[in-house]
Amino acid sequence: MTAGIGTARGVAHAPGRLTRMLILGGVGLVFAVPILAMIEFTLRRGLVGGYDFQRWIELFQNGLTGEYAPILAALVNSVGLAVGTVAIVLVLLVPTMLLVHIRFPRLRRTLEILCILPISIPAIVLVVGLAPVFSVLARYVGSGVWTLAFAYGITVLPFAYRAIQSNLDGVDVRTLSEAARTLGAGWAGVLLRVLVPNLRRGILAGAFIAVAVVLGEFTIASLLSRVNLQTALVVVSKNDPYSAVILSLLALFVAFLLLLAIGRLGTERRRPARAFTPTPTTSTSGGDQS
Amino acid sequence: MSHTETPSAQPTARPTAQPGTGSVVVFAGVAKRYGTHLALTAFDLTLQAGELVALLGPSGSGKTTALRVLAGLESTDDGRILINGDDVSGLPTSRRDMGMVFQSYSLFPHLSAGENVEFGLRMRRVPAAERRERAAAALALVGLDAHYGRFAHELSGGQQQRVALARALVTRPRVLLLDEPLSALDAKVRVQLRDEIRRIQTELGITTLFVTHDQDEALAVADRVAVMRDGRIEQVGTPEELYTRPATPFIADFVGLSNRLPGVVRHGFARVHGVVLPLLDPSHADGPVRVYVRQEDLTLVPAGQPGDASSNTSPAGTSLAGTSPAGTSLAGTVLLSSFLGSLRRTSVQLDQGGTVVVQHDVRDRHEPGAAVVVRFAGAPVPVEAAI
Ligand SMILES: Nc1ncnc2c1ncn2[C@@H]1O[C@H](COP(=O)(O)OP(=O)(O)OP(=O)(O)O)[C@@H](O)[C@H]1O
Ligand SMILES: [Mg+2]
Repeated sequence: MTAGIGTARGVAHAPGRLTRMLILGGVGLVFAVPILAMIEFTLRRGLVGGYDFQRWIELFQNGLTGEYAPILAALVNSVGLAVGTVAIVLVLLVPTMLLVHIRFPRLRRTLEILCILPISIPAIVLVVGLAPVFSVLARYVGSGVWTLAFAYGITVLPFAYRAIQSNLDGVDVRTLSEAARTLGAGWAGVLLRVLVPNLRRGILAGAFIAVAVVLGEFTIASLLSRVNLQTALVVVSKNDPYSAVILSLLALFVAFLLLLAIGRLGTERRRPARAFTPTPTTSTSGGDQS
Repeated sequence: MSHTETPSAQPTARPTAQPGTGSVVVFAGVAKRYGTHLALTAFDLTLQAGELVALLGPSGSGKTTALRVLAGLESTDDGRILINGDDVSGLPTSRRDMGMVFQSYSLFPHLSAGENVEFGLRMRRVPAAERRERAAAALALVGLDAHYGRFAHELSGGQQQRVALARALVTRPRVLLLDEPLSALDAKVRVQLRDEIRRIQTELGITTLFVTHDQDEALAVADRVAVMRDGRIEQVGTPEELYTRPATPFIADFVGLSNRLPGVVRHGFARVHGVVLPLLDPSHADGPVRVYVRQEDLTLVPAGQPGDASSNTSPAGTSLAGTSPAGTSLAGTVLLSSFLGSLRRTSVQLDQGGTVVVQHDVRDRHEPGAAVVVRFAGAPVPVEAAI
């Protein structure tokens, strides 16, 4: 999350070192306190007082069996949803963005507004609109959990769009694809040999953010009565709050690793990184734990 | 203009192109609209096999559009484009077999210079070993054989454009298209690379369309220059033809540096302050005109020297146009003289009003305020009816 600070160098009115530390510290605190509190909670030794790792050890020794088995199923659901959502991003969003960028540049503003729109719509409102759609959908394709991927495809749009667009802005996609075409590449060749390699970072970042969002999603799944990781955790927390918190921490950790990987994408690679602006949306990584 | 009509300024096409010596390209009545704006109208141009034609014209005149239409990157609204007699209008870009160098740097950033050059061969499914060999040879052609493994960001602008040139040439395309490939480079590299492009083009005998808005560049490298204006070709000719016999005042003004002087046309001659000049187009209608006289078609002599013939004192009525030595010079005062290295440019305030700029040898110096006589060489001049 500190990636943005590095770019402050050289900016005329960059805040002073102290100011930056204060801001960073403040923001860090807001994130750290709940997480630390969760960790503290899982280490408590019941009524006896004091701390140990008993619950963590138990959970890891027994695995997701017995009363935790639903969580395993839910995790599988969530991972499946993540894959489906990423597929939607890759198959629908990426080609659409490229097409608009190269062939219909006038539609760029429209597409941007359309893609950013979901962020301004509360999940509850979204569900109110989606419920009838899903009831129709259920009649044709059933009410499997995977259908949620359609809803998630919409909720991740703003994040995926920003990630891909920032990469797109740094590459002269139009000239590169025209160069490839004059050299004999058809549309598939242009896409796979020129565009995807050059937009790799943006596409991967968009996909990872999509995964992080899906793993943390609760509201839509809960209101549409589907089971995913977060809804299962809530169910478990009713009997066993400690294990639920441990599992939430693990989910957070996975999301955190994903975001770290995104940060890496910008610096790795043999050519100098074109400024990959970490999107402000990364703060949603934790999703809406209840 | 009908499509079958052959453009008047074109010599007849050589019947067949020898293999490997380039292709004959014909634009016949091509039109291209962007919305309501006509970027190309009745565009006719023929490129002979192995010829380098420069497309010259002011910004927005449609040069890039013509090039892109030939490459298939834009569709045409009317007319036909023939390569060796085949209509290619329906072919997609990838099948037109063109090599193109763009104005902006267009190397694929994720590939090394060598891999960039190999790209076109890869698309043509050339085996890896041969691909590498040909790419290396193409890089050697542009003097970059040592840079095979470098990435675009590790190359200078000039080197990037060289690699782009190698990439465009390695597939031995039928036509080479260059869209202001030098405009992002500094003056010295520009001249160097421009001469190199010409050398390579001649060596390979590849038909080339070179878009530029720099007249020096066009005149220096081209076999023929086509000057564009508002989506159509105003004149096509060798650099010498264009320079010495501009078809229109626009060309005269655009190619080379001209003085614009008020005058009158009568009986096939132009008269400027009593100086009588032959017309490029003797059939021009009588009346007031603007006369275009090149800076180097004027000479400066200090006033009062023998042979200067203070003609301006003679009445302007002398009617023996062109034959009288008394109608060839005007008196004036030097305003300003600038040293330009290999030549000097001096502006002179004419006694009869107006100023002219004269280009002359650096060794002749004329101090500001000096009285001089401006002598006209008497080359035929283009004129434009004054409103
Ligand atoms: N994609 C487009 N959409 C609309 N109008 C366009 C488009 N491309 C070019 N034009 C218009 O067509 C005309 C010709 O453009 P073109 O790019 O061919 O000019 P040019 O001669 O190459 O100019 P320059 O020297 O500035 O590159 C211009 O008036 C331009 O505004
Ligand atoms: Mg142009």
